[in-house]
Amino acid sequence: MSQPAAKLPFWVDFGLIPLLNLVAAFAVAGLVVAVIGENPLDVARIIIYGAFGYGEGVGFTLFYATNFIFTGLAVAVAFHAGLFNIGGEGQAYIGGLGVALVALGLDPYLPWWLLAPLAVIGAALFGALWAYIPAVLQAKRGSHIVITTIMFNFIAASLMAYLLVDVLNPGAGSMSPGTRFFNAEAVPPRLSEILAPFGVDLGGSPANLSLIVALLAALGLWLLLWRTRLGYEIRALGHNASAAAYAGVPIARVIVIAMLISGALAGMMALNPVLGDQGRLLLEFPGGAGFVGIAVALMGRSHPLGVILAALLFGMLYQGGSELAFEKPSISRDMLILIQGLVILFSGALENLFRPAVARIFAPRAA
Amino acid sequence: MNLENGARPAAIELIGVSKSFGPVKANSDIHLRVDKGTIHGIVGENGAGKSTLMSILYGFYQADSGEIRINGRPVEIRDSQEAIRLGIGMVHQHFMLVENFTVLENVLLGAEGGALLGKGKAEARAKLAALAREHGLEVDPDALISDLPVGAQQRVEILKALTRGAEILILDEPTGVLTPDEADQLFEVLKQLRAEGKTVLIITHKLREIMAITDSVSVMRQGKMVGTLRTAETSPDQLAEMMVGRRVLLKVEKGPANPGLPALTVENLTLRDGAGVERLKNVSLTLRRGEIVGIAGVAGNGQSELLEAIAGLRKPSSGRILLDGAPIPHDPRALRELRLAHIPEDRHKMGLVLKFETRENSILGYHLDHRYGGALLNNSAIEAECQSQMEAYDVRPPNSRLKTANFSGGNQQKIVLAREFERGPHVLLIGQPTRGVDIGAIEFIHRRIIEMRDAGKAILLVSVELDEIRALSDRVLVMFDGRIVGERPPETDERELGLLMAGVTGAGAGPGAGTSERGAA
Amino acid sequence: MDWLTFLNVLDSAVRLSTPLLLACLAGLFTERAGVVDIGLEGKMIAGAFAAGAVAVFTGSAWIALLAAIGASVFFGLVHAFACVTQRGNQIVAGVAINFIALGLAAVLGQSWFGQGGKTPAPPNSGRFTAIELPYAAEAAQMGPIGRFYADVVSGHNLLVYFAFLAPFLSWWLLSRTRFGLRLRAVGENPAAVDTAGVSVTRLRYSGQIICGALCGVAGAYLAIGLNAGYLNNMTAGRGYIALAALIFAKWRPVPALFVCLLFGFLDASANRLQGVSLPSVGVVPVQFIQALPYILTVILLAGFIGKAIPPKAGGVPYVKER
Repeated sequence: MSQPAAKLPFWVDFGLIPLLNLVAAFAVAGLVVAVIGENPLDVARIIIYGAFGYGEGVGFTLFYATNFIFTGLAVAVAFHAGLFNIGGEGQAYIGGLGVALVALGLDPYLPWWLLAPLAVIGAALFGALWAYIPAVLQAKRGSHIVITTIMFNFIAASLMAYLLVDVLNPGAGSMSPGTRFFNAEAVPPRLSEILAPFGVDLGGSPANLSLIVALLAALGLWLLLWRTRLGYEIRALGHNASAAAYAGVPIARVIVIAMLISGALAGMMALNPVLGDQGRLLLEFPGGAGFVGIAVALMGRSHPLGVILAALLFGMLYQGGSELAFEKPSISRDMLILIQGLVILFSGALENLFRPAVARIFAPRAA
Repeated sequence: MNLENGARPAAIELIGVSKSFGPVKANSDIHLRVDKGTIHGIVGENGAGKSTLMSILYGFYQADSGEIRINGRPVEIRDSQEAIRLGIGMVHQHFMLVENFTVLENVLLGAEGGALLGKGKAEARAKLAALAREHGLEVDPDALISDLPVGAQQRVEILKALTRGAEILILDEPTGVLTPDEADQLFEVLKQLRAEGKTVLIITHKLREIMAITDSVSVMRQGKMVGTLRTAETSPDQLAEMMVGRRVLLKVEKGPANPGLPALTVENLTLRDGAGVERLKNVSLTLRRGEIVGIAGVAGNGQSELLEAIAGLRKPSSGRILLDGAPIPHDPRALRELRLAHIPEDRHKMGLVLKFETRENSILGYHLDHRYGGALLNNSAIEAECQSQMEAYDVRPPNSRLKTANFSGGNQQKIVLAREFERGPHVLLIGQPTRGVDIGAIEFIHRRIIEMRDAGKAILLVSVELDEIRALSDRVLVMFDGRIVGERPPETDERELGLLMAGVTGAGAGPGAGTSERGAA
Repeated sequence: MDWLTFLNVLDSAVRLSTPLLLACLAGLFTERAGVVDIGLEGKMIAGAFAAGAVAVFTGSAWIALLAAIGASVFFGLVHAFACVTQRGNQIVAGVAINFIALGLAAVLGQSWFGQGGKTPAPPNSGRFTAIELPYAAEAAQMGPIGRFYADVVSGHNLLVYFAFLAPFLSWWLLSRTRFGLRLRAVGENPAAVDTAGVSVTRLRYSGQIICGALCGVAGAYLAIGLNAGYLNNMTAGRGYIALAALIFAKWRPVPALFVCLLFGFLDASANRLQGVSLPSVGVVPVQFIQALPYILTVILLAGFIGKAIPPKAGGVPYVKER
């Protein structure tokens, strides 16, 4: 029988234990590397150099991190309301449709600095829309949101495949299913272009202004959760639903609003690759970023700052991982997916694995 | 009080059994002897340690120390399987049945008689038929549990024990969910089992039942065994006194009440829970300004439901609740605006978000108030509010940024009280104000409640601590089985109140009076 | 659509529904025991990769099948450890296993075979090949029913026949044996099982082991039955469709057979219907038919067509309480 969790010092609870979980995840990953005959330390060095060692690498790291900040925040805000939104992938995908419709419709008329804000709105709106139905079904009919959001990921994939192959496809000359390229005037400049005059070299990396939007979103979410009435109600609901009911929080409404915010954040992830990088909407562009958000949120303990840090870590892994695949062809790029899974396992499902042992060391020795 | 020791060994003998949960001593040095072929009752208030003791007997928990003997042989009961092997069967208060299984499947579970069910099923069916014949324990073996009324479900629990060859049957609060008729049927069955030489141990807080069917009775109080008596040689009055004990009466300085106009009226309130069970039955009461009305009763007799219905958290099936003559809205938020404050019985479950910073908890439920900002919360206003609350209620440490989980029980309760009292409510619903609170804080809280009364507030107080009810209330209502079964002045002898709480109403209602208390309200 | 085309579609429906059915039953055994599992996908991947790799190494389909089961059961034990022993979040654990298995298969595959995560095609002895049932050739000449026998019933490999037998075996196991009774009980009310003196932990681990074994067979079927070798992410969301099928079948084995057949049929006909104009409907986008199982599941979950009531204790770790 487990005793109720002993009270531990703050830094143990929020520093040491998460760190131990992370170390365990990387230890297992290192073990796999060793099993396939490579030196884990070598691999770590290549990854870190690839991610931070030169300007272009940093740019790519930031580019990937941007995706994960959005999707991580999306999962985090749902967690705060006590909900598990696995649908980030689909919401991001549909968010891409929002971006593309704005861009395709307005790019002949608007310069990028007018179009981009509208694209942000389009992305958020479409992402939120895709979260709306699962949210309402959970709030009003008790349909399990985990299952419905998974289903909506697949429905999104089918819908987008249909639209990109049969409806929005410009036809001849297009290599892969997708929309036409947006007008170059409508695409915001990359960070590399903006920062070049200041002597910062990000090479040909696709990092773009979406990073700023992501950081603003993190700040905004922090404000929302800890500085507004709505955030107060969301957190009350997530921590203790009966106390929320006691406090008169309209529970069904707050569930729906939290999911709308979550979907909007996931949808905004589409800005980065669609408007910021490729300049068109491509089939399967989210590439699993919605799922990485789960790992990022769990690792970042659902705090916007933690999410940013965890997103950077995963951005580093994604960029460094590409470098690794190049340097060491025997290690697949999918190593990242393994690490992602291990982080989810140790930071999420096994989060209390080390707690009893740590508690024995640090718990105040009461008489 | 020693019962004679006959030549035959006792069915159950406990010698110096103790069990603690952390710092809480649930059972300390329990001695108990139950003779074979008798019905033995165990009575005591909530938290007296009855259920823990029975769980030890059934192998759900292991005692920290002490010895258990079954039929004279020392045994160690490591798990329920072992208990079953020793011939002990248990009917839990909350039935341990699989709802979408048939009766037969439930009887089989854990006693299947082989890897395949076919043979075991046939045997169990035969056994059920035999038991039905011998004891009148009729149940359709192919009926789904979820389709059966609770009385029949309980019969299935008894059948489960009997088909496993139980010689000792333990029943934990068996009549809590039964109608009077069902309860009488149960007693008939138990008497028959006794006639066959089986031993029955029945845990209850209802003295009527003890008087009606037991041969001997043991009284527990605060984890200790107070004594064992022959039922024939005792009376409800004596048992009530033993149950309640002679406790140091809490001293609360309090002048006479000065009741004013009615503030809250409850008319014929009936409430069913999610499962359709009636938790409140036709409850009516009036609460005036400047008085404290205490509701006494053993936990689970409808007090919680009454408080929550008035607080707008549960929707009554019928009846009315009037605040200053107008029907209340079923919305906690709107009720707060009408100056009705509610201290919930369970501060951890409802009154506080333990993971919130204390200043966040200091506005829980009032967080939409304009004092604390518009859409954006005004942290300095909240901080000031929390500081003044903490100061007024001497919350320690006075750190508004500390997570509420890190405060002691007494300080947590003060945080709730401060939040609800400091906003000038007109009507106060107070549940278990001092549960899990240290002595110093108790006095402080009691003083505050009296001050609120003297300031002209109408206060409805629910507590399972009879002392507290008597010390604070100006009038005492006793609840039993979802009804208000009587009103007494607080000076009333606690033995008399204890009898009412145990469902014994009216001087004439003796042990044999059957279902009289059901009609008394 | 003529009879022959129809039989053709039906034949591929049988093939496509086989992995669904096995995974669906896998989910059934663990969810009926009260442990929710969205990691079916990952377990199937583990099985498929193990089968593909071992078939190449050993050239034996049977050893490959055992390896698939072993790999899948390993992840089942990880899930059980996280959810039962550690009382962790069952959804999170399932998500984790999906990624771990997918990543691990790709990493090991690349390291061992260097073909971008796929395994080379195993020799014929390393695959389960089609079995011609008796008199299939003769039956094919004897009218439509005979053709049905020859084209749809005959000509599958052993794992297909096992899969279609499995629902009946599962039904028997659940309803007629002591183990089944206890397993069903622990998913509804673990306290009832505990007080009957039966170990909740052991039952829930058993559920995960059976789940792993069946996912292993499903994975092996994909890698060395339906296809020749493991391909990266070859399960392609079947683990999730199986979950949807489980909900649709209301956690019962024999209905699971029909639901999986229906989903398999939708999948098979989606390929056929590409660009075909249906009377009074017009051209149905193939993607719509592919999404149909998911859409139907959402509608079912919303309670608009019947009600899917999951095992009552699902998703909740068992804690003894007083």
